[in-house]
Amino acid sequence: MSLLQADRVTKKFSGITALDAVSLDVEDGEIVGLIGPNGAGKTTFFNCLLGMSKTDGGSVTFAGADLSRVPTHRRARLGIGRTFQRIELFTGMTPREHFFVADRAHTRRGSLLFDIVGFGRPHPDELARAQAMLDLLGLTDVADRNVESLSLGIGRLVEVGRALMTNPRLLLLDEPSSGLDRHETEALAATLREIQRESGTAILLVEHDVDFVRSLATRAFVLDFGTLIASGRTDDVFADAAVRKAYLGDIV
Amino acid sequence: MDEIFRGMTFGSIYSLLAVGLVLTYKTSGIFNLAYGAQAFVSAAVYYEMRKVHELPIPVAFTIAVLIAAPLLGLLLDRLLFRHLRSAPAVARLVTTLGLLVAIPEITKLFFEVNTSYQPPGVVPDGATAYNPFGNVFLNRDDIATIVITISVVLALMAMFRFSSLGLRMRAVVESSRMTELAGVDADRVSMIAAVMSSVLAGLAGVLISPVLPQLNDLYYRNLVVAAIAAAVFAGLSSIPLAFIGGLLLGILSQVLATLLPDGSVFKASLGPSLPFVALFVVLIVMNARGGTRDVADPLAGVDPPPPPLVSVERTDSLTWATRSFGVIFVFGLFYWLFFHADEQIWFPPAQEAVIYSIIFLSITVITGMGGLISLSQATFAGIGALATAQLATDAGIGVLFAAFLAAGIAAAVGALLAVPALRLAGIFLSLATLAFGLFFDSVMLKYTWVAGGDGIQPHATPRPTIGSIDFANEKAFLVLCIVMLALVGTAVIFVRGGTTGRYLDAIRGSSTAASSIGISSARSRIVVFALSAGIAGLGGGFFAMYQERANFVGNFKVELGLIWVVVVVTLGARTVEGAIQAAIGFVFFQRFALRVWIPWAINHVQPWVDVKPITGGVATVLFGLGALTYARHPEGILEFNKRTSLAAIQRRMDRRKQPSPPDEGAPVSGEVGHEPAPS
Repeated sequence: MSLLQADRVTKKFSGITALDAVSLDVEDGEIVGLIGPNGAGKTTFFNCLLGMSKTDGGSVTFAGADLSRVPTHRRARLGIGRTFQRIELFTGMTPREHFFVADRAHTRRGSLLFDIVGFGRPHPDELARAQAMLDLLGLTDVADRNVESLSLGIGRLVEVGRALMTNPRLLLLDEPSSGLDRHETEALAATLREIQRESGTAILLVEHDVDFVRSLATRAFVLDFGTLIASGRTDDVFADAAVRKAYLGDIV
Repeated sequence: MDEIFRGMTFGSIYSLLAVGLVLTYKTSGIFNLAYGAQAFVSAAVYYEMRKVHELPIPVAFTIAVLIAAPLLGLLLDRLLFRHLRSAPAVARLVTTLGLLVAIPEITKLFFEVNTSYQPPGVVPDGATAYNPFGNVFLNRDDIATIVITISVVLALMAMFRFSSLGLRMRAVVESSRMTELAGVDADRVSMIAAVMSSVLAGLAGVLISPVLPQLNDLYYRNLVVAAIAAAVFAGLSSIPLAFIGGLLLGILSQVLATLLPDGSVFKASLGPSLPFVALFVVLIVMNARGGTRDVADPLAGVDPPPPPLVSVERTDSLTWATRSFGVIFVFGLFYWLFFHADEQIWFPPAQEAVIYSIIFLSITVITGMGGLISLSQATFAGIGALATAQLATDAGIGVLFAAFLAAGIAAAVGALLAVPALRLAGIFLSLATLAFGLFFDSVMLKYTWVAGGDGIQPHATPRPTIGSIDFANEKAFLVLCIVMLALVGTAVIFVRGGTTGRYLDAIRGSSTAASSIGISSARSRIVVFALSAGIAGLGGGFFAMYQERANFVGNFKVELGLIWVVVVVTLGARTVEGAIQAAIGFVFFQRFALRVWIPWAINHVQPWVDVKPITGGVATVLFGLGALTYARHPEGILEFNKRTSLAAIQRRMDRRKQPSPPDEGAPVSGEVGHEPAPS
């Protein structure tokens, strides 16, 4: 049984079929790439996986449980973390606070009554976990700066860290390399590999950057105009003629 | 049949107002809560011209609708709306709230309108009735209203569709900043729109006045509630739908009034409450259909986020200095109050200020922490007061315990209100709470199980006793109130730094991202609503003890609650001391500054005019105008002052550290610049 099993997921936006019966699976601890040109439906697919958009058909199972009636925040609690293509950070908070809040959301300690009597403050063990994540991602220098003052690359790392704080079994990364330069992309790939080795989290990676996917993913799926046109081992997929056509035009 | 035509008169007015609301909202992004007040101004001017100066109809009409109304629109646009277009949603709402409070009061200063009955219409012999067919009776005022409305709306729709001005207006709606990039003067377009909608308001105000029993601003406020329902029905964007929605609502209310059996509970309660119920229902239904998205400017992302609290940024030594000064000052104040002050003069306002502080903390919670503007905080406080009175007097529960129970009841009501309003955003949520508050005032309060006693006289409430301490003693009661305030204030600070506060921060930062790590924004919202309503209820209970009666009408009407929100938000909704200073200011400004000090000072320096104590209306105006500063200092005046003074101190300290050379270009550490958000 795969960790994540998406079965014939379909999504329509008033007549346009954004996703047409897309099936995809991710095994425990595996890095899988999902590639495709702009507008292929990659982000839509992510939103369907997480319940941020409603599907018009098909099913999503995660760790054996059917997700179709589970609201977004509960899917997160089941162990699916994600990052966003257009980064979504908590404005006005520092990276350290991001990690602390995510940790709270994961351990689900604390309630209103707890807060009122003064037990809501960060505990040393929570702060230690946040610090460990800062160390892992090399964010210690900027830990207490407001996220708005940080660069896009660092913002992406904060997103990754925030998702990891919830200890996900599956991490969905939505174009983590977009807007980053060559150097930053390589650094990010290295960090992701390290995280994957340490925590054993499965990663589903949506990407544009072919080299980035090649360097990380063992398997890849290719979306084009909402349909899956290829899947298999990464090297085989990139050798596929249909993929080359979707990506490069007819230069074969 | 008769009802349908009869309903069309009111329906036409709702339509006109709804169309005007949509027009301003579309072109300026401002949901003008003060729209009914604008209609009221023209009606008052018209009344004055006709009845007092006895001018002929065309002249009076021209002055009221074609001169006064556009001037008012122009003034509002120039002074306010223009600067608000790119301001945060909260600023826009608070500004129009201030106007809603201030405009009728200013008008009443000039015209003695609230005593004027039988306002005149725009056609001679307006009451002459016709019977065109069947059992339909329409008088000339009705016909004039219906005909004028329909032709005006049709003309407007044509303008939007076919003229180049209409095209530019539609562009400004999408994004004023983008439109400016395309070379259109967005300010000019929105100015024209403001003038046009002001004329619509004036027209509606003058047309409806003969149908109303009396020229009273409250009638106009209720008219606008119905119009808001129609505007929301139109998704705040479609003029034809707003028109149809208004007509339907007018007809529906007439039909209901006739269909429901006389003397039934439904008729008694649904008739007056229909506008509020309609608004609430329309909000919820439209929301379920996904029609209530706030207008989002594609360029809105370039706005800097609010700066962090100064107390977070300043250095430890400065924090200590500030805190010690504060503690010494507060102790000095208490020493004077308890041992030297005249109990008769100073204790009532002191107790009142402390209790208001508790109530205002509920606004700190919902607005400062939750980022939501609730306009029914007064209602929650009122529920607390009524419940405390009834539990203590009728059920014989100790009054202190009763106040806590009452806080629980208020919290439960708050949570219940939050459930249907869960997914409403920004302005729509505020409107839903406003509808709830108005509904409570005009309907629920009529039931004796709500109001207590005979429903007319305020219900008596005892002062508490603990052991041998009787809090009928003013000093003891003041101490009790202060202790309560300290407890609530500490709890609020704890909550802000705890799980709840941080979840709320995260949700404000990005609700999508918050849900992606497992935070339920629905749950957080119910929690913050319940907490806020509970605090307001507790404060309300203490207010009842202080006055020794639960006087809802005198203290907890929605209008007063609007002033509270305005005062707290103006002074600073994010900090506990903001709420406390707002309360102190609110009480002392009304009781002393306006009634005694300012008149005394003016009379002292000049002998010609005898200035009387300023009460009621003018005080309201001043509070309302205060809200207008919010647009410039959304962090609140207190935070703004702290920030500037901190920057000054920091500059001085930096200079002392390095006497030479003075570097002027260096950024002051108190004012960390905000770089644009990465995207």
